[in-house]
Amino acid sequence: MNIEALIASTVDGLMLGFVFGLMAMGLTLIFGVMKVINLGHGPVIAIGMFAVLVMSQSLGINPYLTLPVIIVLGILTGVVMYFVALHRVINSPELTTLLATFSVNMMITGLMTVIFSTSPRGLDVTLGSLQFGRVTILGTRVAAVVIAVVVTVALYFFLYRTRQGKSIRAVANNRGAAELMGINSSWVLGLSFGIGTMLAMISGMLLATMFSFTVLTGNALETKSFVIVVLGGLGNPTGALFGGIIIGLLESITTIFIPVSWVPVLEFVVFIMILLVRPNGIFGARSS
Amino acid sequence: MKTLKNISFWLLLVVIAGAAIVPIAQGNVSMREDAFFILMLVILASSTNIIMGYTGYVSFGHIVYFGTGGYVAFYLMQTFQWHFVLAALIGGFAASLLAFLLGNAVLRLRGAYFALSTIGINEAVRAFVSNFEPFGGSIGMFFNFSMYDAYGGAKNAGQYAYYAMVVLALATIAASFLIKKSKFGLGLMSIREDQDASMVLGINPPRMKVITYTISAFFPAIAGAIFFFKNGLIEPGPAFELHRSVEALVMVMLGGFGTVTGPIVGAVVYERLRAFLITSETFSNFHLVIAGALLLLIVLFVPAGLVGWLRLRFAAVRRFLE
Repeated sequence: MNIEALIASTVDGLMLGFVFGLMAMGLTLIFGVMKVINLGHGPVIAIGMFAVLVMSQSLGINPYLTLPVIIVLGILTGVVMYFVALHRVINSPELTTLLATFSVNMMITGLMTVIFSTSPRGLDVTLGSLQFGRVTILGTRVAAVVIAVVVTVALYFFLYRTRQGKSIRAVANNRGAAELMGINSSWVLGLSFGIGTMLAMISGMLLATMFSFTVLTGNALETKSFVIVVLGGLGNPTGALFGGIIIGLLESITTIFIPVSWVPVLEFVVFIMILLVRPNGIFGARSS
Repeated sequence: MKTLKNISFWLLLVVIAGAAIVPIAQGNVSMREDAFFILMLVILASSTNIIMGYTGYVSFGHIVYFGTGGYVAFYLMQTFQWHFVLAALIGGFAASLLAFLLGNAVLRLRGAYFALSTIGINEAVRAFVSNFEPFGGSIGMFFNFSMYDAYGGAKNAGQYAYYAMVVLALATIAASFLIKKSKFGLGLMSIREDQDASMVLGINPPRMKVITYTISAFFPAIAGAIFFFKNGLIEPGPAFELHRSVEALVMVMLGGFGTVTGPIVGAVVYERLRAFLITSETFSNFHLVIAGALLLLIVLFVPAGLVGWLRLRFAAVRRFLE
């Protein structure tokens, strides 16, 4: 048992975990506000990845400077998705909203496959690295963590300090009562969907700076987001952040002890166990 | 068993059997292949409908039973040279047993939580099988070509698999019809409408849901056994493909949620449409986009599906179209 390998993978997992947390926060925010599981989450992550790719390769923009564009693109995509696919069926049973968001998944995946094909892509970003003994920390990961943390703090500031954010929390709490207080719930739902989508796109952008990816990577990350969200409790953004860190750590530390291919088995078994034993997440209140 | 005296029950089975005989009668192999695939989709959609349409529990990862049945049967045929029919039946029972064990746990969850857990189960089993050496790990298993000699060569085995699929499709549809028209089915639909109210009326939802889930796992498992028997090759990817299970949901929605004929109509229409889009020069690249747009339009504007819409619109249709 090598202590340095353990430290290295802990640091690595922790940093990856922040990005995973950001990714899952988008999914959990949407569920928390409108009780919709967004099956279009994965392709949106992929849009984030390919948006950075196109901007940095064709226009020569530094990947990190694309962040404002990604934010605007994310909110716009989300608002459009909401009003096209969900607004009409927002009060229907979950099967309807699941299928509506899945149809968006099919359309985006299909369109992106036509444009980009499914061959693997990668961004060429190097930001140097920090060396502590035999533990190396890549600059790209540090940058990703910094951005993820800044976005998370900004999100909390928005949700707790601004009027729009407060109306989102009000609608999540009780839509009927919020409407009685004069809040335009359609707009708030659209905006929340936009913010959730934006978070997914930012995480896609950050993941693109670390790993190679294809059009279909988004869908694998979507299932990972489900695991994280359930771990932290559906609808709980802080839980999602911790869930992301747990999964990040789990993925990097367990590889020291068991073969990499067994990690998904462990992940999904934990996922089902948590759903059964603590459906409100490991930080949530015990269910009655 | 009043259903057995129901004329539309027999009519439906005769129509399906009649349609399935056509490729054989014409001796058209490519048509038989198409029909084989469509029948398989009918089985997947109908069995998904048994749990989803009647009880309202959306099983997103129902394909896990298709893969499980396929793997168990394949393993028995390849390693112990068991006869195909016996192996397929064991595969079906194995999947039902798995569904029974898992169902006792996950059917306690409601709504979105249940849907997520079925995705998790499929991914967990897929990841497990990819690492499970007796099943060939991530490479999977394949038949030695001589394996088919016991069935009169590969060509005959294809024919044989087709007959098996026809019989299974008829059995699935019959089961779906019988469940819907029985007192048991009525209980299921009361669970779908309001689980708490149904408990007050003396229905035992946990037991009924588990039984239904177990039944609905049996048919796709045998379909998996037949499919991979004919395929001669089984790999974790195609066996546990989440996408195919969502396609089955699309077919159920397209045809009509909770109806017997709906999933059949949905499967046929969806597969024909997909085949048309893929082969058409203009649309081939965009088939996924068009299928997605179609699904969205149905979800938004015709939530009852084709058969459901006909039943709502025309009272006379309700008498014979289940």
